[in-house]
Amino acid sequence: MKFWLGAAVVAAALVATAAFVNYEYFFFAGYTVLMFVVLATAWNILGGYAGYVNFGTPAFFGLGVYSAAVLYKATAAPLAVQIALAAVMAGLLGFGAGLLTLRLRGIFFAIATIALTVIMQTVFINWRYAGGATGLQLLRPAPIAPFESYIKMLFLVMAIVAIGSVAIARYIERSWVGRGLRAIRDSEEAAEASGVPTLKLKLVACTISGALMGAAGAPMPMYLSYIEPASTFSLNYAVGALASPMIGGTAHWLGPVIGAVLLSSLQQIVTVTVSNEMNVLLVGALLVVFIVAAPEGILGLVRRILPRR
Amino acid sequence: MSALLTIRNVSKNFGGFAALSDVSLAVAEGERFGLIGPNGSGKTTLINCVSGLLRNDRGSILFAGEELSRLPAYQRTRRGIARSFQVPRPFHTMTVLENLLVPSAYVGHLKDADAEARAMEILGRIGLAQKAAAHTSELSQVELRKLELARAMAAGPKLLISDEAMAGLAGKEVDEVLAILFKLNESGITIIMIEHIMQAVMRFSQRVICLDAGRIICEGTPAAIVQNPEVQKAYLGA
Repeated sequence: MKFWLGAAVVAAALVATAAFVNYEYFFFAGYTVLMFVVLATAWNILGGYAGYVNFGTPAFFGLGVYSAAVLYKATAAPLAVQIALAAVMAGLLGFGAGLLTLRLRGIFFAIATIALTVIMQTVFINWRYAGGATGLQLLRPAPIAPFESYIKMLFLVMAIVAIGSVAIARYIERSWVGRGLRAIRDSEEAAEASGVPTLKLKLVACTISGALMGAAGAPMPMYLSYIEPASTFSLNYAVGALASPMIGGTAHWLGPVIGAVLLSSLQQIVTVTVSNEMNVLLVGALLVVFIVAAPEGILGLVRRILPRR
Repeated sequence: MSALLTIRNVSKNFGGFAALSDVSLAVAEGERFGLIGPNGSGKTTLINCVSGLLRNDRGSILFAGEELSRLPAYQRTRRGIARSFQVPRPFHTMTVLENLLVPSAYVGHLKDADAEARAMEILGRIGLAQKAAAHTSELSQVELRKLELARAMAAGPKLLISDEAMAGLAGKEVDEVLAILFKLNESGITIIMIEHIMQAVMRFSQRVICLDAGRIICEGTPAAIVQNPEVQKAYLGA
């Protein structure tokens, strides 16, 4: 109940911001921050709860981007349908990739997920209907009433996706699925010997994680009005999705949210005030600091400082 | 007594190395069964094949009359085979109680309140009730060994495989673990004990098998086993 009350307050605050703030760049940047909340939350379901480090975020995200773009080009379907299709496609990719890779562990799994990104990028580079290597230009439709600004509308759409993603991650964390995933992270053999169907659970986590990443990518074609494979499948999405839970804390649903809001906001500020290239350096420096000083992230640090109740 | 576990001609190779060659044995319901042998003799490989963490290359493993060889480990646990690990593998991000809730949820399909009540009852029997809220990093070596047994018990097993549950423990601690295993056996659970501490094996087991280089070299009562020249040569350092 407390969670839903908090979610309602956050949603109301974001709606009020959209109603009263007229500075467009704020929503342009805010959209990115919320998108990374979704990506980080989705990454944490497999990477944080189950301990399977996934560098394939751009593959799922990019498939979401292209699914939405191709659907829009073919049918001019509304955004909600684009998001739904993107989630289904990326979820299916998660299921398929999981079947092939989830028997691997540690570094081998991580390498396989990088390969997945390369494969997906190659597919879209060579698909002419989707724009090929030169990309695809898309004209935004008019915003839906009561919105006057398309960016404001996308900002609130991404806010809904973010709240939905966090709610799903929280449900998983607190359910028997979450307990099983934690057991897998701690010792896969002991989990299996305790009756946990480890492969099935990892597949569930990979599918849901992929679907949410795909949903995060779906509004991107309308956000940029242009997509192309190199930036859509950029490893920066993998780094951001991984770094945010590491910074916020992987053990709790709130960790990726805190990490993504902090990291993405800082990145937006650095982009505007210093340079775009400094983003990656910032992420790297913060990751090193947190891994050394607070390996359990900000939430772990808070737990260590505050006495147990 | 009918056989609860029947292993027939089980072999397991790792590349060119034969870890198990044509191993056959039967464990009766309610029996206290000892498995001994030198390091690398195939004891852990055999129980990994039984519990499903490894697949046997040849042969069959029957549990209560059902062929297990193609079943994944979690399905075998659900059918009543639980095990402890040689090196304790607690779920280290969980408390002692939460460790037991994992098998309770996945094998017993118990609701949280029922699972907690059952977990506390098991912890009481094992002597860890006062540590229920502790994190596993706060446990001593003997407590970690007890937690391994408690977690296995939470799966409600018919057969418990104890893989060197007394390794690295001192005399009094060995007695404590042994007393737990006796108590569990009295409650009807069949127990396979793998152990290097011969006094413990002698006191506990009704029947013992000695493995060497992946083959059974001797089977009999503990008294007969220690008198066997092959066992003395391969394992007891005679």
